[in-house]
Amino acid sequence: MRDWREVDVPFGRREAGEQATRCMDCGIPFCSNGCPLGNAIPDWNDLVRTGRWEDAARSLHATDNFPDFTGRICPAPCEAACVLSLGGLDQAVAIRQVELSISERAWEDGLVVPQTPPTSTGRRVAVVGSGPAGLAAAQQLTRAGHAVTVFERSDRAGGLLRYGIPDFKLEKAVIDRRLEQLESEGTRFQYGVDVGGSVSVEVLRGDHDAVVLAVGATEARELTVPGRDLAGVHLAMEYLEGANRLGAGDFPAAPIDAAGKDVVIVGGGDTGADCLGTATRQGAASIRQLQYHPRPPDPQDNETPWPLWPHVLHSCAAYEENGDRLFEESTQEFVGDDGGRLRAVRTGAAEYPAQLALIAIGFTGPKSGGAVSELGLRVSARGTVAVDEGWMSSADGVFACGDATRGQSLVVWAIADGRACAAAVNRWLDSRGRGADPVQDRQLIRH
Amino acid sequence: MAEIPATAGRGGAGRVPFALYNPESEHDACGVAFVADLSRRGPSHRVIELALEALGNLAHRGALGADDGTGDGAGLLLPLPHDFLRTVAGLELPAAGEYAAGAVFLPVDEAERVAARAAVERIAADVGLGILGWRDVEVRPEILGPGARASLPWISQVFARSLSDERGMALERRAFVLRKRVERSLDGVYLPSLSSRTLVYKGMLSAHQLPAFYPDLTDPAFKGSLALVHSRFSTNTFPSWPLAHPFRYIAHNGEINTVRGNRNWMQARESLLESDLIPGDLKTLLPICTPGLSDSATFDEVLELLHLAGRSLPHSVLMMVPEAWQHHAAMDEERRAFYEFHSMLMEPWDGPACVTFTDGTSVGAVLDRNGLRPARWWQTDDDLVVMASEVGVLDLPARRVVAKGRLSPGKVFLVDTAAGRVVDDGEVKAELAGAEPYGAWLHAGVVHFDDLPPRRLLVPQHSQVLRQQRQFGYTSEELKLLLAPMARAGGEAIGSMGTDTPIAVLSRRPRLLFDYFTQLFAQVTNPPLDAIREEMVTSLAATIGSEANLLTAGPASCRHLALPWPVIDNQELARLQYINEDGNLPGFRAVVIDGLFDAARGGESLGEALAEARTAASEAVAEGARILILSDRFATAERAPIPSLLMVSAIHHHLIRERTRTRVALVAEAGDAREVHHFALLLGYGAAAVNPYLALETIDELVGDGVVALTERQARANYLRAAGKGVLKVMSTMGISTIASYRGAQVFEALGLSSDVIAEYFTGTSSRLEGIGLDGIAAEVSSRHRSAFEVRVDDGLLDPGGEYQWRKRGEEHLFDPETVFRLQHATREKRIDLFRAYSQRVDEQSERLLTLRGLFRLDVRDRTPVALDEVESIEAIMRRFATGAMSYGSLSAEAHETLAIAMNRIGGRSNSGEGGEDPARYVPDANGDSRRSAVKQVASARFGVTSEYLSSADDIQIKMAQGAKPGEGGQLPGDKVHPWIAKTRHSTPGVGLISPPPHHDIYSIEDLAQLIFDLRNANPQARLSVKLVAETGVGTVAAGVVKADADVVLISGHDGGTGASPLTSLKHAGGPWELGLAETHQTLVANGLRDRVVLQVDGQLRTGRDVVIAALLGAQEYGFSTAPLVVAGCVMMRVCHLDTCPVGIATQDPSLRQRFTGKAEMIVRFFEYVATEVRELLAQLGFRSLDEALGRVDCLDVATAMDHWKAEGLNLSPIIGAPSGYVHEHQGSREGSRRLGPVLDDELVRKAAPALATGETVHVITAVRNTERAVGTLLGHEVTKRFGGGGLPADTILVDAVGSAGQSFGAFVPAGVTLRLEGDANDYVGKGLSGGRIVVRPASEAHPRFVAEENVIAGNVCLYGATGGEAFFRGVVGERFAVRNSGAVAVVEAVGDHACEYMTGGTVLVLGACGRNLGAGMSGGVAYLRGSAESLREKVNLEMVDLDPLDSDDLRVVQSLLRGHLSETGSATARWLLNGWPDEGLAFVKVMPRDLKRALAERAGPPDVELPEGTRRRPMAGANA
Repeated sequence: MRDWREVDVPFGRREAGEQATRCMDCGIPFCSNGCPLGNAIPDWNDLVRTGRWEDAARSLHATDNFPDFTGRICPAPCEAACVLSLGGLDQAVAIRQVELSISERAWEDGLVVPQTPPTSTGRRVAVVGSGPAGLAAAQQLTRAGHAVTVFERSDRAGGLLRYGIPDFKLEKAVIDRRLEQLESEGTRFQYGVDVGGSVSVEVLRGDHDAVVLAVGATEARELTVPGRDLAGVHLAMEYLEGANRLGAGDFPAAPIDAAGKDVVIVGGGDTGADCLGTATRQGAASIRQLQYHPRPPDPQDNETPWPLWPHVLHSCAAYEENGDRLFEESTQEFVGDDGGRLRAVRTGAAEYPAQLALIAIGFTGPKSGGAVSELGLRVSARGTVAVDEGWMSSADGVFACGDATRGQSLVVWAIADGRACAAAVNRWLDSRGRGADPVQDRQLIRH
Repeated sequence: MAEIPATAGRGGAGRVPFALYNPESEHDACGVAFVADLSRRGPSHRVIELALEALGNLAHRGALGADDGTGDGAGLLLPLPHDFLRTVAGLELPAAGEYAAGAVFLPVDEAERVAARAAVERIAADVGLGILGWRDVEVRPEILGPGARASLPWISQVFARSLSDERGMALERRAFVLRKRVERSLDGVYLPSLSSRTLVYKGMLSAHQLPAFYPDLTDPAFKGSLALVHSRFSTNTFPSWPLAHPFRYIAHNGEINTVRGNRNWMQARESLLESDLIPGDLKTLLPICTPGLSDSATFDEVLELLHLAGRSLPHSVLMMVPEAWQHHAAMDEERRAFYEFHSMLMEPWDGPACVTFTDGTSVGAVLDRNGLRPARWWQTDDDLVVMASEVGVLDLPARRVVAKGRLSPGKVFLVDTAAGRVVDDGEVKAELAGAEPYGAWLHAGVVHFDDLPPRRLLVPQHSQVLRQQRQFGYTSEELKLLLAPMARAGGEAIGSMGTDTPIAVLSRRPRLLFDYFTQLFAQVTNPPLDAIREEMVTSLAATIGSEANLLTAGPASCRHLALPWPVIDNQELARLQYINEDGNLPGFRAVVIDGLFDAARGGESLGEALAEARTAASEAVAEGARILILSDRFATAERAPIPSLLMVSAIHHHLIRERTRTRVALVAEAGDAREVHHFALLLGYGAAAVNPYLALETIDELVGDGVVALTERQARANYLRAAGKGVLKVMSTMGISTIASYRGAQVFEALGLSSDVIAEYFTGTSSRLEGIGLDGIAAEVSSRHRSAFEVRVDDGLLDPGGEYQWRKRGEEHLFDPETVFRLQHATREKRIDLFRAYSQRVDEQSERLLTLRGLFRLDVRDRTPVALDEVESIEAIMRRFATGAMSYGSLSAEAHETLAIAMNRIGGRSNSGEGGEDPARYVPDANGDSRRSAVKQVASARFGVTSEYLSSADDIQIKMAQGAKPGEGGQLPGDKVHPWIAKTRHSTPGVGLISPPPHHDIYSIEDLAQLIFDLRNANPQARLSVKLVAETGVGTVAAGVVKADADVVLISGHDGGTGASPLTSLKHAGGPWELGLAETHQTLVANGLRDRVVLQVDGQLRTGRDVVIAALLGAQEYGFSTAPLVVAGCVMMRVCHLDTCPVGIATQDPSLRQRFTGKAEMIVRFFEYVATEVRELLAQLGFRSLDEALGRVDCLDVATAMDHWKAEGLNLSPIIGAPSGYVHEHQGSREGSRRLGPVLDDELVRKAAPALATGETVHVITAVRNTERAVGTLLGHEVTKRFGGGGLPADTILVDAVGSAGQSFGAFVPAGVTLRLEGDANDYVGKGLSGGRIVVRPASEAHPRFVAEENVIAGNVCLYGATGGEAFFRGVVGERFAVRNSGAVAVVEAVGDHACEYMTGGTVLVLGACGRNLGAGMSGGVAYLRGSAESLREKVNLEMVDLDPLDSDDLRVVQSLLRGHLSETGSATARWLLNGWPDEGLAFVKVMPRDLKRALAERAGPPDVELPEGTRRRPMAGANA
């Protein structure tokens, strides 16, 4: 249980082939519709089935810049929409695993190479944020021949991918090799630049023809109950980032360590699960995950109509490893000891001993005070950046995508947004008469 | 008398196009007869009397228009009655042969008439003829109906003589020149005939009216030695006196499918026409083919020219209607050479045809190569010969008849009254074939492809393939779904479900020009062919080369290059291109013309480039080029390829206009051509060959990638074969047999192209809604061109396509993940709110230009809404709903029965489809539900069409075509014929089933009338419905169908679903229902026929809005198929053809069927929701019922601007261009439209009363004649109604009939009824025989010279679709005996071509000769033939059957059948064979289907094929639940 390496083992060729062969090549591939990227799933299933891995990789990369990310961490709404799973009569094709196999094979076979644009448009684009949305937008725009610089507040690129997702789900080398590809293609990265903070957005606007804000939705939702300020009560992201940085060798020891502690995680989402898995690996004495909502039905009792994402009790590796999931638990108080340290978490139902509590109840929107505030951008009711049909914010030439516009969501959505936004930026630049459109627009659909 | 229409002088009197109606689409078919006296006694009035009597007895083959007094046309042609004319002419006539007499239709207005006569006289003088005088012919206008009277011309005769005293042919030719000159220069004058040899009386009359209208005809002094008569059945009812037959030389029963191409080629030949024989300048008589005439009239004009230029009439006829010689192994070499030589002069005039012709001395008839029209003749001992569409039209005593025969396919029959003898086919052809050394000419002239030296192969540059593919818009889907299957298997790929993507002009994606054309197809008025089973009549081989003067052919005329296959590979192209490289074949010099334009300058440059290409073509022709290779291979970043179709057609029409077209062959080197539809178009618009170089290179890559696991050579060969076979299939859906007559036939309609483009480059093509011009075409090319040449990061991928399977970045579909989900969710969760979300999305998608109806706005501006509760109820609306024809077999029992239950609950109609129905379903379920399908379909295969099946119908629907694959048949592979499917289809489990492309009893409109009559007898209570598919001209077809007495006409959209269809047919054949429905409604209204019929529509109907629009366009009932299936769980897998349906709908696999989750209540709910929406829309429009909304096109706004770069050129106003003066209150069924007049069976039923009441044995004796049709059918229905499908014990009702029975004698007769006919019978004896017994034997008092086994006793297509029973024929029968027999046992003395075709069960014993192609497509049953296996090998189609020796069981069966035959018919042959038994048993061979052998081997237990099913009692209805 101290194994930090990825839990998910990629399929062997034969297993991937077997799964791909189960694909029925539907007249309407609901999987593809279920996928935010619109991955051409039946097409690459067919290519895998017939052993044409290179073509499969080509097809996969045509719609997904980072199948090595999504192949690992996507909850796979495609599989929920698979016709084979209709009526619960059969297992869906293991689409995500096939995707991962294609992607990993492409890396192994040296097929993932820089795709350098043949000509330069001479236009400059700044991408703020290097999470999945920013990276996808940057790669697309670079390939379109624009000079793209990614500005990252942190010391490394990847955003949530790097510091939010534990290694056992996504090893960071996977990100690094992608960054190499981006850099080889010509995307430039500047780290430690806090746009809207240390550097003004206006400066960026002055230097660039367009600015893409892919700043994420990092403002965590707070739990305002008594005892919030006790030692041992942390936001999930603080905890996860520390663990990830430990893995990256930034620290000699975990800044927040669950070893030997009773851990309570407040919040039943993916972040909570990541905390659970991390705490397990750190050697927590006990782990309880409290969830506000009632226990969802078991998968066999799914009543959400196909092909929608089923409202059922989802499981993942972390849950299988360890921990208790408690439902309909509303946290009332963090109970401290005399030293101001957390002793227990009290809910309406009970009091659970805890020396470490992690708050994982979601995010509200872009970090306050940053670029959004500086430009006074119009925001939605949810606090996210409001954009028009062409992904442009209320400031001319300033675009936004990913969680910054959508609110917290899946990596796959972030990539999809980044691609769509890049296409829109490209069109916009083109419409301003700065040269011909050099890319074939493969992402027309705005989600 | 009423005013004469101004256009009476031309053929197209009154035939003016409006809105969607175009008179070019009119069809006609008919009854025809001649009587000739061989005795050389001289002319007699008796011959005329007999001819008129025959005509009267063919009246049922003609038709009446909207008013009962107006016939479609009737006429008589006879040798010039000199003695009679001398007495009535009122002037001194010269001696016979020294003058020409003419029939003349003149203006009624006296001043105009006087002027017209003066003009005729002037022209006569000019051409060297003197007019002797005029005679006003006595007529009786008072007997005419208002329609005919309104257009009645002044009818005269004119007499003329040569100013230089010519006679004979010289006088004929001069008279011809006069007539042509008059036609070309005088309006309002038409000459039915002008000849020294013949005279015509004709008009817009019914058969019975002809003698009454022209008192001349009944004058005893009116005499002839022969007379030719004709009665017309036209799909239109617009007044036309000139279009009645006969014409100058022929009367025709049938249809020329290739007439468009034939006319174009004739026009192209005109510059080469020269004749020393025809006086004056031939050019003044052009065009040879008068525009606006019927196909028959055009045929007559060309025949006349060939004849007058020096060929005999039979010679000319055989040039135009050659028999099928290409695949006829046994044909005499000289005769083959004759045909081959003439094939280089003229392409066949192809179609179902019986052409009768006469020059006044000889009279003859020829049948088309398929033998698709009936032609029977008989000869009496007093030298009278009668030929007619039916036997029995004359009441000649049997003892006088010495011989009876029929015309067989491609055969000619000639009576020479001068020589006083019949000249048979062999003699006529031998004489013609021996007249010139055709074989030697061919040997010297024809160059064969294989003789050409190999040339350097044009090496494909693989690095360029992807760019080229992008340039020509290749999609990855096409590679996977179209090209790879063709390369793998040599056939077209199959798909299922309908198409729900936008038509090309509404698509936002750039589409190929090919996509703007849809294939026309034959329905009703002419049959599609079966190119697979009846391959012997088809040919893809043609010759290319320069034509010479058609009128004086010689050795040089066949200096041609034989091209065996129209789709060629690169090496073959190289051979063509460098054909004269060595300088030894200058007569075939090839020139390449590049078809490229400047992409940046769009349409302007495209137009210029086409003009340049045309100039280059003209110059090349002038310089002696004989092959023009039109190439798009060398596109660059600047120069984009002209669509190959545009290039080919532009040059084709240019050269036609220049009259130089026949000097060159066009070859397309086309990068854009890849699927069958593309090749069909290129060839159909004039190309002789197509080289799809990019498709071939693509296939090499597919091989390289391992997608196609063959060698490149094999894959390419497969692909080319698939392409050619596909073209053959397209040809055959139009009823065209040979590539020679297909080339340039333009059997396509355009949708979404501007009339400018059409007029200039696709002349003569129908394009009714306007659309994009050259700019739009160029923009689409440029868009692709840009994607190929512009710099970018290349992902190496093609566009995904998404035409066939939904793709997120592909073409849009009406059913996409969203709509499927919303619809299922709404109907499962009872959520009308979700349903509204669904229909909103569908309607929005529709408005996003996926469909034509999406472009309409409901126009409420002039309407006052009514309250919702004033609108008729949901229940009333739902009664107008139907589900589409989906067979049990394509659907699972669960799905099929769920649909039926749902429709029965709402009072709508479900459709059985064509797979029969389990009688257990006729019994209601315990809970009151009924699983019976209200609509029973009758399709070409007649699966399970029994008396019981028909008797259980509310509607009987004749499927003429299917939207997904009009004009094509179907195939159910053996592994899908599960026992329960085989049972309802009356076939053998495990044995494959084939549906023929045509109904073998419908080769023309009057045949459909006959089938309707048959089915009406089989169930007089049911509505008769005819299903048509939308295409241009469907309106006139529908008019004909209404005149054929249908109660319901269903117009199906091209987008209708299918269980399995070639993908190209699914996409490219037929038109949208909006167009077809509007055209049909308009045409019926204009013809005064609308109130006789209920119009139904189907094709991707989804929402209430769809229904309301259909109502406003004229539909009263609405069919849904895909949507209810989706409700029942279908997720559009589109694998219906694979039996792997994951939701248990389109599968027979028991484990998959368990997954079916559909419930009748969901489907009911769907229809309730649709009806709810209909109600709301009606209220908004201010209508209280759908009836009120019917045809109210004024509520449709089509003018709303369309925000779409392609669609903005569309003009939808023709769709709403309803004719004025139409009173919409009167639509629906006219009172008493379901009319089964008095029939002979009324009497039979009366006399059989004891049997019907108590099962007592009854014996009835009756006389019968040809006008009494479907004898026994109504009686059979009465039996079935009372006793169920099992009928009565054998011979309970015994009917002895004497005479010549009309068509469909004994159709659908069930067990217990025995019909014994003494005499003879027409076509379709025992059609659908359902257990009854039929005996046909010659009259007992036959003439001593009459030998039963050598003479014809029954016509074509006997026992079609029989499911049980017995039939004995002592005599010869016609073509397609026992076609699709699935259970009857038959004995016959001899059969024509195609016997036992598609047979799936039953037993046939033939005691004598058989025609060719026996057993084609035969998958079950057995046939016993007499003869050696060796000799029969040529006759039997061995593709699916073996010729085996008889085993002891077989011998017992044959012996027992012979005994039965002997005892029933007294057959001399049977007696002789039995006397020689068992030795004679060795003289028989068994025809055994291999499929059946396999199935029997797989099945345990003894075969049960020997026992004739009809002789046993079958279980009662419900017993086999």
